[in-house]
Amino acid sequence: MTAWKIARLVAAKDLRIEARSRVVTNQVLPFAALVMVMFAFALDNDDVLTRVAPGLVWLATMFSMLVLVQRAFAVETADGALDALQVAGVRPGGIFLGKAMALAAELAALEAVLLLGAIVLYKAQLRGPGVPLLLATFVAATIGLSFVGTLYGGLAAGAKGRETLLPLLMLPVVAPVLIGATRATEAALGTNGASPSEGWPWIGLLTLFAALFGVGGTLAFGSLIDE
Amino acid sequence: MDPVVHLEGVVAVMGGFPVLAGADLTVEQGEIVLLRGPNGAGKTSLLRLCAGLLPVERGAARVLGCDLAADRTSVRNRVGLLGHANGLYADLTVRDNVTFWGATVGASGDEIAASLARMGLDGRLATVRVGRLSAGQRRRTALACLVARRAELWLLDEPHAGLDAAGRDELDATLREAASAGATVMVASHELERAGALATRVVDVVGGRVRPREEAS
Repeated sequence: MTAWKIARLVAAKDLRIEARSRVVTNQVLPFAALVMVMFAFALDNDDVLTRVAPGLVWLATMFSMLVLVQRAFAVETADGALDALQVAGVRPGGIFLGKAMALAAELAALEAVLLLGAIVLYKAQLRGPGVPLLLATFVAATIGLSFVGTLYGGLAAGAKGRETLLPLLMLPVVAPVLIGATRATEAALGTNGASPSEGWPWIGLLTLFAALFGVGGTLAFGSLIDE
Repeated sequence: MDPVVHLEGVVAVMGGFPVLAGADLTVEQGEIVLLRGPNGAGKTSLLRLCAGLLPVERGAARVLGCDLAADRTSVRNRVGLLGHANGLYADLTVRDNVTFWGATVGASGDEIAASLARMGLDGRLATVRVGRLSAGQRRRTALACLVARRAELWLLDEPHAGLDAAGRDELDATLREAASAGATVMVASHELERAGALATRVVDVVGGRVRPREEAS
């Protein structure tokens, strides 16, 4: 079976698990919304909130993503399914791509809610010329984050203390995405007088990041989850 | 015909600790071999080695014609390992689980339905989430996944654990049927009476080595 077929199979399975368990809708989305509200309480200034809204959206995305990644691999290790996937000869690259696809779909839903939260709570303004840039930012950053999340989730899956290890390993690695996505989102929303043209170079960085971790993860995932 | 499993002086190490210390074993196609021995003797390690999950440190190991010392991944899609864990997804139904595992080898809808029926999991039980099943029902679901995957070599670690009397009978019938159809079965078990009656050969595993013992039936 090709890696692409395996990827679709694994992604469909992961999304079906989430549809049945509703962990994303009942726990992760409320957590993300709560983080946004807490930022608003902490800063308590409309001007400041509007200025820092893009950064807060991506910070909340990354904190929430840690929960999503933990969950994505908890379902694989709870009853030895990851071991069983290896024994079944399922291509590791396919597992990696499938889990990344499912994670990307969950992240996209999460980011949509967070962006809406920024518009409502922080009075961030979405203007017509910035929409293509905003879409490109969210697509490139989501793909990059899903590849990194899957790679490091797999790395931490078999480790002792994986719940605390994962943030330590992953957060430094996603710093370029936080910076690039925040700058590009600022440009798309016109925060601090930025124009959309200033944001496109950051899309290049986000795309390069996604490509590197996509290729690297597909090739290395088998070794990571092996003994 | 080449044996399905052929081990010669196999040494395997896990976490710096030797778990197999020169194991020799030959298993022919269609056999049902019972591995017996005390806890920590190396039965589970032997099964994991044959599944390509444990690297060969020294010695020669061929499983289904694959040289495990050179490449332990290519054998994996031809064996089915049922260890202490069931490898199931608690939030998916019985049918979803069997369909997923069957799909990894391209099993058809009819084959999935037949796998469920063979383990007595068709009907209403197929629509129940695995997380709500009893331990015995989960074990039967895991076995149905193995049937759906059409494994050539079945490696079972304490397969009777958690099964009720009917489940045990179904399991034994399934294993005999699989063996008569050409599959080879290796069972590690402490339930010597039941597993011994099922096995065509019994071998002792002691201190990471394999000792041939007797013809069981």
